[in-house]
Amino acid sequence: MESLSGTSILAPLLLSAQLALVTTIVLIVIGTPIAWWLSQTDSRFKPVAQAIVAMPIVLPPTVLGFYLLILLGPNGAIGGWWVQLTGNALTFSFAGLVIASCFYSLPFAVQPLQNAFESLPRQTLEFAWTQGASKLDAFFSVAVPMSVRGFVGAAVLSFAHTLGEFGVVLMVGGNIPGETRVISIAIYDSVETLNYGDAHQMSLLLLGFAFVVLFGMFVVNRRWSLR
Amino acid sequence: MGQDINLFLDASIALKHALRRGDFELDVDVQIPATGITGLFGDSGSGKTTLLRCIAGLETGMSHDPRPVHKRGIGYVFQEPQLFPHLDVRRNIEYGLRRSPSTRVDQGQVVELLGLGGLLDRKPDGLSGGEAQRVAIASVLLRSPRLVLMDEPLASLDQRRKEELLPYLDRLHDELSVPIIYVSHSIDEVSRLCDHLLLIDEGKIVASGELHEVLSRLDLPMLSGSNAGSVIDASPQRYDSVYNLTELGFSGGVLAVPGRYEARERSVRLRIAAQDVSICLSRPNATTILNVLAAEIDDVQPVGPSSALVRLAVGSEYLLALITRRSVARLDLKKGDQVFAQVKSVTVRH
Repeated sequence: MESLSGTSILAPLLLSAQLALVTTIVLIVIGTPIAWWLSQTDSRFKPVAQAIVAMPIVLPPTVLGFYLLILLGPNGAIGGWWVQLTGNALTFSFAGLVIASCFYSLPFAVQPLQNAFESLPRQTLEFAWTQGASKLDAFFSVAVPMSVRGFVGAAVLSFAHTLGEFGVVLMVGGNIPGETRVISIAIYDSVETLNYGDAHQMSLLLLGFAFVVLFGMFVVNRRWSLR
Repeated sequence: MGQDINLFLDASIALKHALRRGDFELDVDVQIPATGITGLFGDSGSGKTTLLRCIAGLETGMSHDPRPVHKRGIGYVFQEPQLFPHLDVRRNIEYGLRRSPSTRVDQGQVVELLGLGGLLDRKPDGLSGGEAQRVAIASVLLRSPRLVLMDEPLASLDQRRKEELLPYLDRLHDELSVPIIYVSHSIDEVSRLCDHLLLIDEGKIVASGELHEVLSRLDLPMLSGSNAGSVIDASPQRYDSVYNLTELGFSGGVLAVPGRYEARERSVRLRIAAQDVSICLSRPNATTILNVLAAEIDDVQPVGPSSALVRLAVGSEYLLALITRRSVARLDLKKGDQVFAQVKSVTVRH
Protein backbone atom coordinates (compact mmCIF):
# COMPACT_ATOMS: atom_id res chain seq x y z
CA MET A 1 0.00 0.00 0.00
CA GLU A 2 1.53 3.31 -1.12
CA SER A 3 0.79 6.38 0.90
CA LEU A 4 0.18 9.84 -0.52
CA SER A 5 3.78 10.80 0.14
CA GLY A 6 5.08 7.65 -1.54
CA THR A 7 6.35 5.90 1.64
CA SER A 8 4.88 2.55 2.56
CA ILE A 9 2.34 2.45 5.34
CA LEU A 10 2.01 -1.27 4.78
CA ALA A 11 5.09 -2.21 6.80
CA PRO A 12 3.99 -0.60 10.09
CA LEU A 13 0.50 -1.92 9.57
CA LEU A 14 1.67 -5.48 9.08
CA LEU A 15 4.09 -5.17 11.97
CA SER A 16 1.27 -4.00 14.24
CA ALA A 17 -0.96 -6.84 13.12
CA GLN A 18 1.84 -9.35 13.66
CA LEU A 19 2.59 -7.96 17.11
CA ALA A 20 -1.08 -8.00 18.07
CA LEU A 21 -1.54 -11.55 16.84
CA VAL A 22 1.49 -12.97 18.63
CA THR A 23 0.63 -11.07 21.81
CA THR A 24 -2.96 -12.32 21.70
CA ILE A 25 -1.86 -15.93 21.36
CA VAL A 26 0.67 -15.62 24.18
CA LEU A 27 -1.89 -13.85 26.38
CA ILE A 28 -4.57 -16.49 25.87
CA VAL A 29 -2.03 -19.16 26.84
CA ILE A 30 -0.76 -17.42 29.99
CA GLY A 31 -3.93 -15.46 30.78
CA THR A 32 -6.15 -18.56 30.94
CA PRO A 33 -4.46 -20.21 33.94
CA ILE A 34 -4.18 -16.85 35.71
CA ALA A 35 -7.88 -16.13 35.11
CA TRP A 36 -8.84 -19.65 36.19
CA TRP A 37 -6.88 -19.37 39.40
CA LEU A 38 -8.39 -15.96 40.15
CA SER A 39 -11.90 -17.30 39.46
CA GLN A 40 -11.53 -20.35 41.72
CA THR A 41 -9.35 -19.22 44.61
CA ASP A 42 -10.32 -17.95 48.04
CA SER A 43 -6.68 -17.17 48.76
CA ARG A 44 -5.94 -13.97 50.64
CA PHE A 45 -3.41 -13.20 47.90
CA LYS A 46 -6.19 -12.93 45.35
CA PRO A 47 -6.70 -9.14 45.74
CA VAL A 48 -2.95 -8.65 45.43
CA ALA A 49 -2.84 -10.66 42.22
CA GLN A 50 -5.92 -8.87 40.90
CA ALA A 51 -4.37 -5.48 41.59
CA ILE A 52 -1.13 -6.44 39.83
CA VAL A 53 -2.98 -7.75 36.79
CA ALA A 54 -5.15 -4.63 36.58
CA MET A 55 -2.35 -2.10 37.06
CA PRO A 56 -1.62 -1.52 33.36
CA ILE A 57 -5.13 -0.10 33.03
CA VAL A 58 -4.39 2.84 35.32
CA LEU A 59 -0.62 3.31 34.99
CA PRO A 60 0.67 5.80 32.42
CA PRO A 61 2.25 3.74 29.63
CA THR A 62 5.47 5.64 30.23
CA VAL A 63 5.74 4.27 33.76
CA LEU A 64 5.16 0.72 32.58
CA GLY A 65 7.51 1.34 29.65
CA PHE A 66 10.21 2.74 31.92
CA TYR A 67 10.23 -0.28 34.21
CA LEU A 68 10.04 -2.67 31.28
CA LEU A 69 12.97 -0.86 29.67
CA ILE A 70 15.02 -1.51 32.78
CA LEU A 71 13.79 -5.10 33.11
CA LEU A 72 14.33 -5.94 29.45
CA GLY A 73 17.58 -3.98 29.03
CA PRO A 74 20.85 -5.90 28.67
CA ASN A 75 21.50 -5.41 32.38
CA GLY A 76 17.94 -6.21 33.44
CA ALA A 77 16.73 -9.55 34.83
CA ILE A 78 14.94 -10.69 31.69
CA GLY A 79 17.05 -8.76 29.19
CA GLY A 80 20.36 -10.04 30.57
CA TRP A 81 19.15 -13.61 30.43
CA TRP A 82 17.93 -13.05 26.87
CA VAL A 83 21.32 -11.69 25.78
CA GLN A 84 23.00 -14.79 27.21
CA LEU A 85 20.53 -17.01 25.44
CA THR A 86 20.40 -15.38 22.00
CA GLY A 87 23.21 -12.87 21.87
CA ASN A 88 20.74 -10.08 21.05
CA ALA A 89 19.24 -7.36 23.19
CA LEU A 90 15.52 -7.48 23.97
CA THR A 91 15.05 -3.74 23.99
CA PHE A 92 14.37 -2.20 20.60
CA SER A 93 13.51 -5.62 19.16
CA PHE A 94 10.27 -7.30 18.11
CA ALA A 95 10.60 -9.94 20.83
CA GLY A 96 10.94 -7.18 23.41
CA LEU A 97 7.80 -5.56 22.05
CA VAL A 98 5.89 -8.83 22.42
CA ILE A 99 6.92 -9.14 26.07
CA ALA A 100 6.07 -5.50 26.76
CA SER A 101 2.70 -5.85 25.01
CA CYS A 102 1.87 -8.92 27.05
CA PHE A 103 2.29 -6.96 30.28
CA TYR A 104 0.46 -4.00 28.83
CA SER A 105 -2.56 -5.96 27.55
CA LEU A 106 -2.70 -8.61 30.30
CA PRO A 107 -5.81 -7.19 32.03
CA PHE A 108 -7.67 -7.16 28.74
CA ALA A 109 -7.13 -10.91 28.39
CA VAL A 110 -7.54 -11.89 32.04
CA GLN A 111 -10.68 -9.97 32.94
CA PRO A 112 -13.05 -11.31 30.26
CA LEU A 113 -11.77 -14.83 30.95
CA GLN A 114 -12.11 -14.42 34.70
CA ASN A 115 -15.66 -13.11 34.30
CA ALA A 116 -16.55 -16.07 32.09
CA PHE A 117 -15.02 -18.60 34.49
CA GLU A 118 -16.71 -17.01 37.50
CA SER A 119 -20.11 -17.27 35.85
CA LEU A 120 -19.72 -21.03 35.30
CA PRO A 121 -22.11 -22.87 37.61
CA ARG A 122 -19.96 -24.61 40.18
CA GLN A 123 -22.22 -27.66 40.18
CA THR A 124 -21.76 -28.22 36.45
CA LEU A 125 -18.05 -28.72 37.08
CA GLU A 126 -18.78 -30.89 40.11
CA PHE A 127 -21.09 -32.98 37.95
CA ALA A 128 -18.29 -33.42 35.39
CA TRP A 129 -15.94 -34.59 38.16
CA THR A 130 -18.44 -37.11 39.50
CA GLN A 131 -18.89 -38.29 35.91
CA GLY A 132 -15.25 -39.36 35.82
CA ALA A 133 -13.53 -36.24 34.53
CA SER A 134 -10.34 -35.15 36.27
CA LYS A 135 -10.08 -31.44 37.07
CA LEU A 136 -7.93 -30.86 33.98
CA ASP A 137 -10.25 -32.92 31.78
CA ALA A 138 -13.31 -31.06 33.08
CA PHE A 139 -11.56 -27.76 32.48
CA PHE A 140 -10.98 -28.50 28.81
CA SER A 141 -14.15 -30.47 28.11
CA VAL A 142 -16.61 -28.31 30.09
CA ALA A 143 -15.18 -25.01 31.37
CA VAL A 144 -13.50 -23.94 28.12
CA PRO A 145 -16.40 -24.67 25.75
CA MET A 146 -18.82 -23.03 28.18
CA SER A 147 -16.59 -19.93 28.27
CA VAL A 148 -16.29 -19.35 24.50
CA ARG A 149 -17.60 -15.83 24.93
CA GLY A 150 -14.88 -15.06 27.42
CA PHE A 151 -12.20 -16.35 25.06
CA VAL A 152 -13.58 -14.36 22.12
CA GLY A 153 -13.77 -11.24 24.28
CA ALA A 154 -10.25 -11.76 25.63
CA ALA A 155 -8.81 -12.31 22.14
CA VAL A 156 -10.60 -9.33 20.58
CA LEU A 157 -9.70 -6.93 23.37
CA SER A 158 -6.07 -8.11 23.59
CA PHE A 159 -5.66 -7.78 19.84
CA ALA A 160 -7.29 -4.37 19.60
CA HIS A 161 -5.58 -3.00 22.66
CA THR A 162 -2.15 -4.15 21.49
CA LEU A 163 -2.79 -2.62 18.09
CA GLY A 164 -3.47 0.71 19.77
CA GLU A 165 -0.53 0.84 22.16
CA PHE A 166 1.88 3.71 21.81
CA GLY A 167 3.68 4.84 24.94
CA VAL A 168 5.05 1.48 26.00
CA VAL A 169 6.22 0.72 22.46
CA LEU A 170 7.95 4.04 22.23
CA MET A 171 9.79 3.46 25.51
CA VAL A 172 10.78 -0.15 24.92
CA GLY A 173 10.86 -0.52 21.15
CA GLY A 174 11.79 2.84 19.76
CA ASN A 175 11.17 3.41 16.09
CA ILE A 176 13.06 0.90 13.95
CA PRO A 177 11.36 0.34 10.57
CA GLY A 178 10.33 -3.29 10.07
CA GLU A 179 11.31 -4.21 13.63
CA THR A 180 9.54 -1.92 16.09
CA ARG A 181 7.92 0.78 13.98
CA VAL A 182 4.30 -0.11 14.55
CA ILE A 183 1.38 1.83 13.16
CA SER A 184 0.80 4.10 16.13
CA ILE A 185 4.45 5.17 16.03
CA ALA A 186 4.21 5.70 12.29
CA ILE A 187 1.21 7.97 12.80
CA TYR A 188 3.11 9.98 15.42
CA ASP A 189 6.05 10.28 13.01
CA SER A 190 3.84 11.45 10.20
CA VAL A 191 2.30 14.13 12.37
CA GLU A 192 5.71 15.23 13.65
CA THR A 193 6.88 15.67 10.07
CA LEU A 194 3.61 17.40 9.19
CA ASN A 195 2.74 14.58 6.79
CA TYR A 196 -0.97 14.80 7.61
CA GLY A 197 -1.98 12.76 4.56
CA ASP A 198 -0.31 9.59 5.85
CA ALA A 199 -1.48 10.32 9.37
CA HIS A 200 -5.05 10.57 8.13
CA GLN A 201 -4.86 7.34 6.17
CA MET A 202 -3.46 5.30 9.02
CA SER A 203 -5.62 6.90 11.69
CA LEU A 204 -8.74 6.29 9.67
CA LEU A 205 -7.71 2.70 9.21
CA LEU A 206 -7.32 2.19 12.97
CA LEU A 207 -10.52 4.10 13.68
CA GLY A 208 -12.48 1.89 11.29
CA PHE A 209 -10.88 -1.26 12.64
CA ALA A 210 -11.62 -0.36 16.26
CA PHE A 211 -15.24 0.37 15.46
CA VAL A 212 -15.78 -2.78 13.39
CA VAL A 213 -14.18 -5.04 16.00
CA LEU A 214 -16.05 -3.58 18.96
CA PHE A 215 -19.33 -3.36 17.05
CA GLY A 216 -18.93 -6.99 15.96
CA MET A 217 -18.23 -8.07 19.51
CA PHE A 218 -21.26 -6.30 20.95
CA VAL A 219 -23.52 -7.69 18.22
CA VAL A 220 -22.30 -11.21 18.92
CA ASN A 221 -22.73 -10.69 22.66
CA ARG A 222 -26.27 -9.48 22.11
CA ARG A 223 -27.13 -12.49 19.99
CA TRP A 224 -25.70 -14.76 22.63
CA SER A 225 -27.54 -13.17 25.48
CA LEU A 226 -30.83 -13.13 23.57
CA ARG A 227 -30.59 -16.82 22.85
CA MET B 1 -7.87 -46.39 55.98
CA GLY B 2 -9.81 -45.11 52.99
CA GLN B 3 -13.18 -46.11 54.33
CA ASP B 4 -15.50 -43.37 53.22
CA ILE B 5 -17.34 -46.05 51.38
CA ASN B 6 -16.64 -49.73 51.55
CA LEU B 7 -18.50 -52.56 50.01
CA PHE B 8 -18.77 -55.50 52.40
CA LEU B 9 -19.55 -58.70 50.50
CA ASP B 10 -21.79 -56.60 48.28
CA ALA B 11 -24.34 -56.68 51.09
CA SER B 12 -23.93 -53.30 52.68
CA ILE B 13 -22.30 -49.93 52.20
CA ALA B 14 -20.62 -48.23 55.13
CA LEU B 15 -21.00 -44.49 55.38
CA LYS B 16 -18.63 -42.87 57.82
CA HIS B 17 -18.25 -39.13 57.69
CA ALA B 18 -17.47 -36.34 60.10
CA LEU B 19 -17.26 -32.67 59.32
CA ARG B 20 -17.51 -29.45 61.29
CA ARG B 21 -18.41 -26.16 59.74
CA GLY B 22 -19.17 -23.27 62.04
CA ASP B 23 -22.02 -24.31 64.30
CA PHE B 24 -22.92 -27.28 62.15
CA GLU B 25 -21.47 -30.68 62.85
CA LEU B 26 -21.98 -33.73 60.69
CA ASP B 27 -21.22 -37.05 62.33
CA VAL B 28 -22.44 -40.11 60.49
CA ASP B 29 -21.46 -43.74 60.88
CA VAL B 30 -24.05 -46.07 59.43
CA GLN B 31 -24.46 -49.02 57.07
CA ILE B 32 -26.98 -49.18 54.29
CA PRO B 33 -27.92 -52.06 51.99
CA ALA B 34 -25.98 -52.33 48.74
CA THR B 35 -29.19 -52.80 46.77
CA GLY B 36 -32.36 -50.82 46.33
CA ILE B 37 -33.13 -47.24 47.22
CA THR B 38 -32.21 -45.79 50.59
CA GLY B 39 -34.15 -42.67 51.48
CA LEU B 40 -32.33 -39.92 53.36
CA PHE B 41 -35.04 -37.90 55.03
CA GLY B 42 -34.66 -34.76 57.09
CA ASP B 43 -35.56 -31.09 57.37
CA SER B 44 -33.67 -28.46 55.42
CA GLY B 45 -30.44 -27.70 57.22
CA SER B 46 -30.27 -31.18 58.75
CA GLY B 47 -27.16 -32.06 56.72
CA LYS B 48 -28.64 -34.18 53.92
CA THR B 49 -26.82 -32.46 51.09
CA THR B 50 -23.63 -32.10 53.11
CA LEU B 51 -23.63 -35.85 53.73
CA LEU B 52 -24.10 -36.56 50.01
CA ARG B 53 -21.29 -34.16 49.14
CA CYS B 54 -19.01 -35.90 51.63
CA ILE B 55 -19.82 -39.29 50.13
CA ALA B 56 -19.09 -37.99 46.62
CA GLY B 57 -15.87 -36.31 47.76
CA LEU B 58 -17.04 -32.81 46.90
CA GLU B 59 -16.37 -31.45 50.39
CA THR B 60 -12.67 -30.76 50.28
CA GLY B 61 -10.25 -31.42 53.07
CA MET B 62 -12.68 -33.46 55.15
CA SER B 63 -12.37 -36.86 53.55
CA HIS B 64 -10.58 -39.98 54.70
CA ASP B 65 -10.81 -41.27 51.15
CA PRO B 66 -7.64 -40.31 49.30
CA ARG B 67 -9.24 -40.87 45.91
CA PRO B 68 -10.20 -37.79 43.91
CA VAL B 69 -13.86 -37.29 43.04
CA HIS B 70 -13.53 -38.64 39.50
CA LYS B 71 -12.11 -41.97 40.62
CA ARG B 72 -14.75 -42.82 43.23
CA GLY B 73 -17.32 -44.21 40.83
CA ILE B 74 -20.16 -42.49 42.67
CA GLY B 75 -22.87 -40.87 40.55
CA TYR B 76 -24.48 -37.61 41.66
CA VAL B 77 -27.85 -36.34 40.47
CA PHE B 78 -28.18 -32.71 41.57
CA GLN B 79 -31.41 -30.97 42.46
CA GLU B 80 -30.98 -28.77 39.38
CA PRO B 81 -30.01 -31.03 36.48
CA GLN B 82 -26.43 -30.19 35.53
CA LEU B 83 -26.18 -30.78 31.81
CA PHE B 84 -23.40 -29.51 29.57
CA PRO B 85 -25.04 -26.81 27.45
CA HIS B 86 -22.56 -27.12 24.58
CA LEU B 87 -23.28 -30.82 24.03
CA ASP B 88 -26.45 -32.40 22.66
CA VAL B 89 -28.33 -34.96 24.74
CA ARG B 90 -26.52 -37.90 23.16
CA ARG B 91 -23.08 -36.44 23.92
CA ASN B 92 -24.25 -35.47 27.39
CA ILE B 93 -25.19 -39.00 28.31
CA GLU B 94 -22.00 -40.35 26.70
CA TYR B 95 -19.79 -37.91 28.63
CA GLY B 96 -19.41 -40.12 31.68
CA LEU B 97 -19.48 -43.31 29.65
CA ARG B 98 -16.37 -42.24 27.72
CA ARG B 99 -14.60 -41.61 31.01
CA SER B 100 -15.59 -44.87 32.60
CA PRO B 101 -13.13 -47.78 32.73
CA SER B 102 -15.85 -50.38 32.32
CA THR B 103 -19.56 -50.29 32.02
CA ARG B 104 -22.11 -52.99 32.73
CA VAL B 105 -25.16 -50.96 31.81
CA ASP B 106 -26.71 -51.21 28.38
CA GLN B 107 -27.04 -47.76 26.80
CA GLY B 108 -30.11 -48.71 24.80
CA GLN B 109 -31.83 -49.99 27.91
CA VAL B 110 -31.20 -46.80 29.89
CA VAL B 111 -32.31 -44.60 26.98
CA GLU B 112 -35.46 -46.66 26.72
CA LEU B 113 -36.04 -46.81 30.47
CA LEU B 114 -35.90 -43.03 30.80
CA GLY B 115 -37.78 -42.34 27.57
CA LEU B 116 -34.97 -40.38 25.93
CA GLY B 117 -35.26 -41.82 22.43
CA GLY B 118 -36.77 -38.69 20.92
CA LEU B 119 -34.48 -36.26 22.74
CA LEU B 120 -31.02 -37.49 21.71
CA ASP B 121 -30.32 -34.81 19.11
CA ARG B 122 -31.68 -31.91 21.17
CA LYS B 123 -29.59 -29.36 23.04
CA PRO B 124 -30.15 -29.10 26.82
CA ASP B 125 -31.55 -25.55 26.66
CA GLY B 126 -34.53 -26.89 24.71
CA LEU B 127 -35.50 -29.45 27.38
CA SER B 128 -38.12 -29.13 30.09
CA GLY B 129 -36.98 -29.50 33.70
CA GLY B 130 -38.26 -33.06 33.87
CA GLU B 131 -36.62 -34.06 30.58
CA ALA B 132 -33.33 -32.49 31.66
CA GLN B 133 -33.44 -34.40 34.94
CA ARG B 134 -34.08 -37.67 33.07
CA VAL B 135 -31.06 -36.96 30.85
CA ALA B 136 -28.94 -36.26 33.94
CA ILE B 137 -30.08 -39.52 35.54
CA ALA B 138 -29.32 -41.47 32.36
CA SER B 139 -25.82 -39.92 32.18
CA VAL B 140 -25.14 -40.98 35.73
CA LEU B 141 -26.48 -44.52 35.34
CA LEU B 142 -24.55 -45.20 32.14
CA ARG B 143 -21.26 -44.98 34.01
CA SER B 144 -22.30 -48.03 36.09
CA PRO B 145 -21.55 -46.22 39.33
CA ARG B 146 -21.13 -48.27 42.50
CA LEU B 147 -23.59 -45.94 44.19
CA VAL B 148 -25.90 -43.20 42.94
CA LEU B 149 -26.66 -40.12 45.04
CA MET B 150 -29.84 -38.23 44.22
CA ASP B 151 -30.28 -34.86 45.92
CA GLU B 152 -33.99 -34.03 45.79
CA PRO B 153 -34.15 -34.65 42.04
CA LEU B 154 -37.83 -33.66 41.96
CA ALA B 155 -37.61 -30.55 44.11
CA SER B 156 -37.02 -28.10 41.26
CA LEU B 157 -39.98 -29.44 39.28
CA ASP B 158 -43.60 -28.37 39.47
CA GLN B 159 -46.23 -30.90 40.51
CA ARG B 160 -47.04 -31.98 36.95
CA ARG B 161 -43.38 -32.58 36.05
CA LYS B 162 -42.95 -34.44 39.31
CA GLU B 163 -45.80 -36.79 38.44
CA GLU B 164 -44.18 -37.19 35.04
CA LEU B 165 -40.77 -38.16 36.40
CA LEU B 166 -41.83 -40.38 39.30
CA PRO B 167 -42.82 -43.38 37.15
CA TYR B 168 -39.33 -43.34 35.60
CA LEU B 169 -37.81 -43.49 39.07
CA ASP B 170 -40.11 -46.40 39.90
CA ARG B 171 -38.82 -48.21 36.83
CA LEU B 172 -35.20 -47.58 37.77
CA HIS B 173 -35.91 -49.10 41.12
CA ASP B 174 -37.57 -52.12 39.61
CA GLU B 175 -35.14 -52.81 36.78
CA LEU B 176 -31.66 -51.73 37.85
CA SER B 177 -29.60 -53.14 40.65
CA VAL B 178 -27.48 -50.08 41.39
CA PRO B 179 -27.89 -48.82 44.96
CA ILE B 180 -29.30 -45.31 45.27
CA ILE B 181 -29.32 -42.85 48.15
CA TYR B 182 -32.34 -40.63 47.61
CA VAL B 183 -32.52 -37.35 49.52
CA SER B 184 -35.90 -35.82 50.12
CA HIS B 185 -37.81 -33.74 52.60
CA SER B 186 -41.08 -35.21 51.31
CA ILE B 187 -42.18 -38.26 53.27
CA ASP B 188 -44.54 -39.13 50.40
CA GLU B 189 -41.68 -39.38 47.92
CA VAL B 190 -39.57 -41.38 50.32
CA SER B 191 -42.43 -43.75 51.15
CA ARG B 192 -43.15 -44.31 47.52
CA LEU B 193 -39.64 -44.95 46.24
CA CYS B 194 -37.48 -46.30 49.02
CA ASP B 195 -36.77 -49.68 50.57
CA HIS B 196 -34.59 -48.44 53.38
CA LEU B 197 -34.80 -45.24 55.35
CA LEU B 198 -32.27 -43.01 57.07
CA LEU B 199 -33.51 -40.13 59.19
CA ILE B 200 -31.06 -37.29 59.68
CA ASP B 201 -31.37 -34.47 62.18
CA GLU B 202 -28.75 -31.83 62.97
CA GLY B 203 -26.03 -33.80 61.24
CA LYS B 204 -26.75 -37.09 63.04
CA ILE B 205 -28.51 -40.20 61.81
CA VAL B 206 -31.40 -40.68 64.25
CA ALA B 207 -32.89 -43.81 62.68
CA SER B 208 -31.86 -46.34 60.07
CA GLY B 209 -33.68 -49.43 58.92
CA GLU B 210 -36.07 -51.07 56.54
CA LEU B 211 -38.73 -48.59 55.38
CA HIS B 212 -41.79 -50.25 56.93
CA GLU B 213 -39.98 -50.78 60.19
CA VAL B 214 -38.74 -47.19 60.55
CA LEU B 215 -42.11 -45.76 59.53
CA SER B 216 -43.91 -47.83 62.16
CA ARG B 217 -41.78 -46.52 65.01
CA LEU B 218 -43.58 -44.23 67.43
CA ASP B 219 -40.51 -42.79 69.19
CA LEU B 220 -39.23 -40.55 66.37
CA PRO B 221 -40.24 -36.89 66.69
CA MET B 222 -39.48 -36.40 62.97
CA LEU B 223 -42.12 -38.96 62.13
CA SER B 224 -44.91 -37.67 64.33
CA GLY B 225 -47.60 -35.26 63.21
CA SER B 226 -48.20 -34.98 59.49
CA ASN B 227 -45.15 -37.08 58.61
CA ALA B 228 -46.44 -40.07 60.56
CA GLY B 229 -47.84 -42.84 58.45
CA SER B 230 -47.29 -46.38 57.28
CA VAL B 231 -46.66 -48.16 54.03
CA ILE B 232 -48.41 -51.34 52.92
CA ASP B 233 -47.62 -53.41 49.85
CA ALA B 234 -50.86 -54.84 48.46
CA SER B 235 -51.89 -56.62 45.27
CA PRO B 236 -54.85 -55.74 43.04
CA GLN B 237 -57.69 -58.27 43.28
CA ARG B 238 -60.87 -56.91 41.79
CA TYR B 239 -61.89 -53.85 39.80
CA ASP B 240 -65.31 -52.30 40.44
CA SER B 241 -66.16 -50.63 37.13
CA VAL B 242 -69.34 -49.00 38.44
CA TYR B 243 -67.52 -46.82 41.00
CA ASN B 244 -64.04 -47.02 39.45
CA LEU B 245 -62.51 -48.62 42.53
CA THR B 246 -59.84 -51.28 42.77
CA GLU B 247 -59.78 -53.67 45.72
CA LEU B 248 -56.25 -54.32 46.90
CA GLY B 249 -55.54 -57.28 49.12
CA PHE B 250 -52.87 -57.67 51.79
CA SER B 251 -52.41 -59.86 54.84
CA GLY B 252 -54.71 -57.67 56.96
CA GLY B 253 -57.66 -57.51 54.59
CA VAL B 254 -58.80 -55.52 51.59
CA LEU B 255 -58.54 -51.81 50.82
CA ALA B 256 -60.60 -50.16 48.07
CA VAL B 257 -58.89 -47.26 46.30
CA PRO B 258 -60.05 -45.06 43.43
CA GLY B 259 -58.69 -45.90 39.99
CA ARG B 260 -57.87 -49.04 38.12
CA TYR B 261 -54.86 -51.19 39.00
CA GLU B 262 -54.27 -54.34 37.01
CA ALA B 263 -53.87 -57.66 38.74
CA ARG B 264 -50.68 -58.32 36.80
CA GLU B 265 -48.92 -55.51 38.64
CA ARG B 266 -46.87 -57.47 41.13
CA SER B 267 -47.75 -55.17 44.00
CA VAL B 268 -48.97 -51.69 44.67
CA ARG B 269 -47.46 -49.62 47.44
CA LEU B 270 -49.95 -47.76 49.59
CA ARG B 271 -49.11 -44.97 51.95
CA ILE B 272 -51.58 -44.32 54.72
CA ALA B 273 -50.97 -41.16 56.72
CA ALA B 274 -51.58 -41.53 60.47
CA GLN B 275 -53.84 -38.47 60.48
CA ASP B 276 -56.16 -40.28 58.03
CA VAL B 277 -56.73 -43.26 60.33
CA SER B 278 -59.27 -43.26 63.17
CA ILE B 279 -60.20 -45.98 65.65
CA CYS B 280 -63.60 -47.50 66.61
CA LEU B 281 -64.16 -50.06 69.33
CA SER B 282 -66.89 -51.80 67.33
CA ARG B 283 -67.24 -52.26 63.60
CA PRO B 284 -68.86 -49.07 62.29
CA ASN B 285 -71.71 -49.72 59.91
CA ALA B 286 -73.20 -46.31 59.27
CA THR B 287 -70.07 -44.55 58.03
CA THR B 288 -68.96 -42.93 54.78
CA ILE B 289 -65.53 -44.38 55.31
CA LEU B 290 -65.03 -47.15 52.78
CA ASN B 291 -62.09 -48.92 54.32
CA VAL B 292 -62.50 -50.45 57.74
CA LEU B 293 -59.97 -53.03 58.95
CA ALA B 294 -59.93 -55.23 62.01
CA ALA B 295 -56.82 -54.44 64.01
CA GLU B 296 -55.06 -55.05 67.28
CA ILE B 297 -53.43 -52.20 69.19
CA ASP B 298 -49.71 -52.82 69.32
CA ASP B 299 -48.53 -49.67 71.06
CA VAL B 300 -49.74 -46.25 72.17
CA GLN B 301 -47.37 -43.31 72.58
CA PRO B 302 -48.09 -39.65 73.37
CA VAL B 303 -46.43 -37.36 70.80
CA GLY B 304 -47.32 -33.98 72.21
CA PRO B 305 -49.53 -32.30 74.77
CA SER B 306 -52.72 -33.32 72.98
CA SER B 307 -51.85 -36.01 70.41
CA ALA B 308 -50.97 -39.66 70.56
CA LEU B 309 -49.75 -42.14 67.97
CA VAL B 310 -51.27 -45.62 67.98
CA ARG B 311 -49.64 -48.51 66.18
CA LEU B 312 -52.17 -51.02 64.92
CA ALA B 313 -51.27 -54.54 63.81
CA VAL B 314 -53.30 -55.42 60.71
CA GLY B 315 -52.36 -58.89 59.55
CA SER B 316 -48.58 -58.82 59.27
CA GLU B 317 -48.54 -55.07 58.53
CA TYR B 318 -48.78 -52.00 60.69
CA LEU B 319 -51.05 -48.99 60.46
CA LEU B 320 -50.46 -45.80 62.43
CA ALA B 321 -53.28 -43.66 63.77
CA LEU B 322 -52.80 -40.09 64.99
CA ILE B 323 -55.54 -39.35 67.51
CA THR B 324 -56.05 -37.13 70.54
CA ARG B 325 -54.89 -38.17 73.98
CA ARG B 326 -58.40 -37.46 75.21
CA SER B 327 -59.73 -40.17 72.89
CA VAL B 328 -57.08 -42.59 74.14
CA ALA B 329 -58.27 -41.93 77.67
CA ARG B 330 -61.99 -41.92 76.85
CA LEU B 331 -61.85 -45.27 74.99
CA ASP B 332 -59.17 -46.58 77.36
CA LEU B 333 -57.02 -47.73 74.43
CA LYS B 334 -54.15 -50.01 75.36
CA LYS B 335 -51.89 -52.65 73.91
CA GLY B 336 -53.73 -55.83 72.97
CA ASP B 337 -57.16 -54.25 72.42
CA GLN B 338 -59.11 -55.54 69.41
CA VAL B 339 -60.38 -52.50 67.49
CA PHE B 340 -61.41 -51.34 64.02
CA ALA B 341 -59.34 -48.90 61.99
CA GLN B 342 -61.15 -46.50 59.67
CA VAL B 343 -58.92 -45.43 56.79
CA LYS B 344 -60.04 -42.18 55.26
CA SER B 345 -57.49 -41.79 52.50
CA VAL B 346 -54.87 -43.91 50.78
CA THR B 347 -52.05 -42.69 48.56
CA VAL B 348 -51.22 -45.18 45.87
CA ARG B 349 -47.92 -45.54 44.06
CA HIS B 350 -48.98 -45.89 40.45
